Amino acid sequence: MPVFQQELDTKHDKHERLVKLSRDITIESKRTIFLLHRVTSVPDVEEVLTEANLKLDGVRLNIRMIAEELRGEDLHQFHRAFTPGIQEYVEAVSFHHFIRHRTLISLEEINTKLVFVKEPEDTPEGQQPMGTPQVLTFQVTPTDYLLGVADLTGELMRMCISSVGNGDMDTPFQVSMFLRQIHDGFSYIGNTGPYEVSKKLHTLRQSLSKVEDACYTLKVRGSEIPKHMLADVFSSRTAMMDQDEGMA
Amino acid sequence: MSVTEMFSYIQAFLSADQEIRADVLLQDIRKVVQVLEQTAREILTVLQSVHQPSGFKEIPSKCAKAKELFCTVRTQLGELKNKFPVEQYYRFHEHWRFVLQRLAFLAAFEVYLESASLMTRDEVAQILGIEVVRKKGFHLDVEDYLAGVLIMARELSRLAVNSVTAGDYGRPLRISNELDSGFRLINLKNDPLRKRYGGLKYDVEKIEVVYDLSIRGLTKGQEETSRAVGCGGVGLGLYPRLAPDLSITGTVES
Repeated sequence: MPVFQQELDTKHDKHERLVKLSRDITIESKRTIFLLHRVTSVPDVEEVLTEANLKLDGVRLNIRMIAEELRGEDLHQFHRAFTPGIQEYVEAVSFHHFIRHRTLISLEEINTKLVFVKEPEDTPEGQQPMGTPQVLTFQVTPTDYLLGVADLTGELMRMCISSVGNGDMDTPFQVSMFLRQIHDGFSYIGNTGPYEVSKKLHTLRQSLSKVEDACYTLKVRGSEIPKHMLADVFSSRTAMMDQDEGMA
Repeated sequence: MSVTEMFSYIQAFLSADQEIRADVLLQDIRKVVQVLEQTAREILTVLQSVHQPSGFKEIPSKCAKAKELFCTVRTQLGELKNKFPVEQYYRFHEHWRFVLQRLAFLAAFEVYLESASLMTRDEVAQILGIEVVRKKGFHLDVEDYLAGVLIMARELSRLAVNSVTAGDYGRPLRISNELDSGFRLINLKNDPLRKRYGGLKYDVEKIEVVYDLSIRGLTKGQEETSRAVGCGGVGLGLYPRLAPDLSITGTVES
């Protein structure tokens, strides 16, 4: 029986460690996203982006630890333990990427950042030839990627609204175009995807309509109202929309 | 890569590698599991007849019959093995978890009836024709094995009671509560296994039949074990509560 005790304990410990890593990743990714939201109100975008990148490097260290835990294990056995963290990471990374490049980061680009080269340890001489660094990879599954991107749309909506508040006239239109593309993409996948996707699709529609309404307001009212007053008009309109939602 | 391209890439992946294949796989897996469940039920019916008064004498023949059926199980599990890539065991684990636990129980029960010993995980795996180590292929998860053993505990406590009714006073003494002390060594998480383990104490309690027997001197001539004494000591305070059992044992005696 002690054999079973050991075996079960080992498994549970691993699971706990993965859950903890996943939480750390979630927290740090969320903070990165908050940081990134400051770009709308800060003069030096580049500075914020660099800082966010530093934070993401920290997150990647955690993902590397997950990869180490998973070495030789069955991914499906432990996937549930760390999928929330990975989704959050995808959200943060893709948000960062969007702010800089205004495009959607690809799954490949995410995965190439998650290749870790392990420095050859100082093994006692003769054991392993030096200069063969071990490569450790972590693969984000397409499903996690998809769910992360779905979360991204919520952040984009927030960014769009707050940028209008700052009198930024270009970002809302860029965001609305991008969101529409993503929405089309999700419609394309439809119900062939995993179950969670269809749930997120509903939220995505809400975000999209908010952004589209914002752009509409800008177009219609923007030509009539002086720019410095636009922010007021806009905020009153979003307040109205929120009320509607609360009643529905 | 544009957004559209990215999504069609993901979509292609989903349909090619995951969903469509998974659907087909799942259908296949479900079919095999259904057949397995049927066989498991057959074995259970065969083995359960030992609870009948006449069944106690036929244990060897029942076991032989069960063994035959386990051959079928082996081929069916062999089929299941070929239905999906081996490294995705845990992806579909849920689908055969239940039946595998049942089979582990049945195998353990069968061996117990034959040799009155608890089967190791290796032996169970051998009877079912599967592996113990994950790396080697389709394997028996520890938790599934332990769950099977717990189901057996329930069955054995029932057997202890029924064997007394059938006049076999020796059997309850051999059904001991070693299992309980074994499980206490394990640190369980709050999961289904833990829940099931919670039921074990009642099974152990039920084997107080031993106490009933020992105070009536029915253990005379049977193997005298220290366990019987131990159980009797625990049970002393419970005597009034067990009074209704008197009538049952009484009829058997007459």
